[in-house]
Amino acid sequence: MANTRKIITLLIPLIIFFIVCFFLFKGLYSDPRKLDSALIGQSVPEFRLQDLYDPQKQYDASIFKGQKLLLNVWATWCPTCYAEHKFLNQLAEKGVYIIGMNYKDNRGKAIKWLTDLNDPYKISLFDKDGMLGLDLGVYGAPETYFIDSKGIIQYRHVGDLNADVWRKTLSDRFEKME
Amino acid sequence: MKLALKPLMILLFCFISSAATSAIDSFEFENAEQAQLFQDLSKQLRCPKCQNQNIADSNAELAKDLRNKTYELVKQGKSEAQIIDYMVARFGNFVRYDPPMTPATIFLWVGPLLSILLGFLFLYGQIRKQNRLDDKLDKEDDNRLAQILDRKTARDKPQKKGSEQ
Repeated sequence: MANTRKIITLLIPLIIFFIVCFFLFKGLYSDPRKLDSALIGQSVPEFRLQDLYDPQKQYDASIFKGQKLLLNVWATWCPTCYAEHKFLNQLAEKGVYIIGMNYKDNRGKAIKWLTDLNDPYKISLFDKDGMLGLDLGVYGAPETYFIDSKGIIQYRHVGDLNADVWRKTLSDRFEKME
Repeated sequence: MKLALKPLMILLFCFISSAATSAIDSFEFENAEQAQLFQDLSKQLRCPKCQNQNIADSNAELAKDLRNKTYELVKQGKSEAQIIDYMVARFGNFVRYDPPMTPATIFLWVGPLLSILLGFLFLYGQIRKQNRLDDKLDKEDDNRLAQILDRKTARDKPQKKGSEQ
């Protein structure tokens, strides 16, 4: 009886050691630059933005309702956006509805980018001052928001979209959204 | 040579100190309170893009945007709490250098207290154990000790008496 008690007392430091190990190990592989969006579970903030191609045309938050979609935040000054652009084209070909948001950029450069590299976006918003970007909590392009048919933000992916990450986690997430 | 170096060094140090106070924009305020509020806020809001810099220190584009937004909100007469709420609503608690007490962060407050408490509990247990051990020895050896002492005093007494004589 006294022996088992002794063993249990001696096990406590070992258990604490394993718990600490678990968290430290997790820390090794977590990227501190990836933040969860503060807007998950909320609808897309109200805005009024011009179309990238046509300044006369204006959009508001109602474009996010009706079908599930991806909102891709990009800019021509962002090298990672260039890297993911090919994959966005592939997704668009597969029938994924993508809305693009050109973030703090130059209109001419952005239009040239889309004509040269193909345009995967059903709608292209032009957020020159980054006002919608600020309301969305964008802290670095590229960012991709998963928005369901009710216009509610379900997930945010920071960094580039590629076939690997899409197959591993994101495609499941997109399929499950309503 | 040495004489020439000294003023040069001093001059160089002047440059270092001016570089340390980075990212100064020219914001103008109507009164001192607003200026102070802006100063306080830009020091306690963390830049989400750059790790471990507040928006006052960072030169990142995003930090600039946040400074401008903070300035705008201060000018509108918003309070400190309102502006922090505005930022938290968009960027999450990550933007605060002073974390709020939530279920996820409660350990920051309770953790140290808990470990102090555990330490005292351990000490208390050790002391009680020690006392119990001491008592046990006394009981077992009490009689023997008394006997030895008795024998010794019994043996000493006649000798003492003898030496006195």
